[in-house]
Amino acid sequence: MTVQLKTAQNPRGPRPRRILNPTRLMIYGVLIVAALYYIMPLWVMVMTSLKGMPEIRLGNIFSPPMEVTFEAWGKAWNTACTGLQCEGLKVGFWNSVQITVPSVVISIIIASVSGYALSFWKFKGSETYFTILIFGSFIPYQVMLFPLVMICRELGIYGTLSAVILVHTIFGMPILTLLFRNYFASLPEELFKAARVDGAGFWGIFFKVLVPMSTPIFVVAVILQVTGIWNDFLFGVVFAGTKNWPMTVQLNNIVNATQGVKEYNLNMAATILTGLVPLTIYFISGKLFVRGIAAGAVKG
Amino acid sequence: MTYSIQVKDLTLNFGAVSVLKTMNLDVTEGEFIVLLGPSGCGKSTLLNCLAGLLEPSDGEIWIKGKNVTWAEPNERGIGMVFQSYALYPQMTVRGNLSFGLRNARMPKGEIDKRVARASEILQIGPLLDRKPGALSGGQRQRVAIGRALVRDVDVFLFDEPLSNLDAKLRSELRVEIKRLHSRLKNTMVYVTHDQIEALTLADRIAVMKGGVIQQLAAPQEIYNRPANLFVAGFIGSPSMNFLPGQTLDGGRSFDFAGTRIDLEGYEGGAVGTRSKAILGLRPEHLLIQTQPEPGRTIPATVEIDEPMGADSLVWLRAGDLAMSVRVPVEQRPQPGQAVHLRVDIRHASVFDSETEARV
Repeated sequence: MTVQLKTAQNPRGPRPRRILNPTRLMIYGVLIVAALYYIMPLWVMVMTSLKGMPEIRLGNIFSPPMEVTFEAWGKAWNTACTGLQCEGLKVGFWNSVQITVPSVVISIIIASVSGYALSFWKFKGSETYFTILIFGSFIPYQVMLFPLVMICRELGIYGTLSAVILVHTIFGMPILTLLFRNYFASLPEELFKAARVDGAGFWGIFFKVLVPMSTPIFVVAVILQVTGIWNDFLFGVVFAGTKNWPMTVQLNNIVNATQGVKEYNLNMAATILTGLVPLTIYFISGKLFVRGIAAGAVKG
Repeated sequence: MTYSIQVKDLTLNFGAVSVLKTMNLDVTEGEFIVLLGPSGCGKSTLLNCLAGLLEPSDGEIWIKGKNVTWAEPNERGIGMVFQSYALYPQMTVRGNLSFGLRNARMPKGEIDKRVARASEILQIGPLLDRKPGALSGGQRQRVAIGRALVRDVDVFLFDEPLSNLDAKLRSELRVEIKRLHSRLKNTMVYVTHDQIEALTLADRIAVMKGGVIQQLAAPQEIYNRPANLFVAGFIGSPSMNFLPGQTLDGGRSFDFAGTRIDLEGYEGGAVGTRSKAILGLRPEHLLIQTQPEPGRTIPATVEIDEPMGADSLVWLRAGDLAMSVRVPVEQRPQPGQAVHLRVDIRHASVFDSETEARV
């Protein structure tokens, strides 16, 4: 049998690329439709928030404003009535900040150390402890609402920021501990052994060896906690007390106000303002997240 | 004689599974001990116990005349090298080398001196400011050895340090470890499943199976006089031929499927008459010849041969038994040829079938 060498006759140059073949067309088509579908509400919200009330009454919810006005935004932030007070969303914003920051920091600190202990410093019964913890994450938290109210009352912190922070920290524990434990368990055990031979103790290994390698998981934990706690309504309304209501509760009070004219532009602006924080977190940390993974990919 | 490491009745149980069974091991100063065995034989477990990374269930470990059974890893005067290198990825090579010294709060001048010395010995000076991610496998393992070196300890523990490297690098680093040992004269305990590493590096090899040391002896002794069937089969590649049969005439000859083999000149104990015994013959201790010699040869038929450069491994069939013989490549017989295998009885081993021990 002769083997024909066709090299000379073969086509040369880069492989031709067909940008629009039927498969691609399908994929892009579906993606574009899906994107439009999801972007549409946001479009309506932004447009409406930039219109004045007379223009809104004309209908045409998709059309851009004929006259752009930021009045609704200013009102939502500064003077909208959230119940009895009319000081706008800014009060709720600062309450939410005061709730979110300590809850996120405390819960991540505790969970990362517990996850570390559970994966590297196993003790008698640590697996049982872990199982109980995980079990906790499957119980709907409404079940524990009333007992928690009583506990907070006994502690004398019911109706304060501390109560909300405590509750958020507790409810963040199962999922965060699971997250950290699994991440640390995926790191090579020999690294931990090497650090022990090198004389690093419990905290030394944690802070000098493991934490610097764990940027991705810390970023994931921050995203999870910030969005979860910022978006929370139930714990805020139950535990914080009227003066300390977070932004979500105040937003609800603005939007669901039953008296007077429905100010759609104000509602839209207030809603966007409330959603801005989780959105920002996604945009910023998305980048950080990728960077964190890339840095962690260099295995020693 | 001063002992560097003494393991006394060391026992380790994981639940109901006993991983180390009342183990005893004395290592003299400056000795290179290799712990050899298949996976799950307890060799790495023993090393981790020596390092203080695992707590034994019972028994004692003494290093340099001090009972360190319950001491922390860094208090034992050991340095350890791991299979996966276990370098800290976020630190530079210099940071990796000095991490342990910084933990011990050593003055900076002394740290620099030690890092400089280690990097000179291992020739990693130009790499000091790089991160482990920017190093090749061989360089990483050098750094890992350096991390043990800077500790300036008496005992080095190696946990399969070359298993992650390709064949060429492995043989290079093997030589380097041997050179390091002859230069530093530390006690070294080296875990491997690779018998070539064991045979080339060790002063003594401890062959382990099921948490028990099967034989502890110099490499040649283990090779020539394996203590039992397991050691005989584990050491040597291709592995030893085992001929089942019985010993006759008060141990003067061996009967293999009707073929009588003279045991005169056998270097071992009194063989005696055993109704069931096994004759172990290494492939290099058999000669292929065309003429039979009564009491010295086994008739066999050539099946295939595998040329391996200088040597060829010839597979034959003697009765029901497949046997291998190593011959110089130019002397290899034709497949299908009927030949006679001449037995070199001085290098043979006779095992008792019941106890599996060499007699």
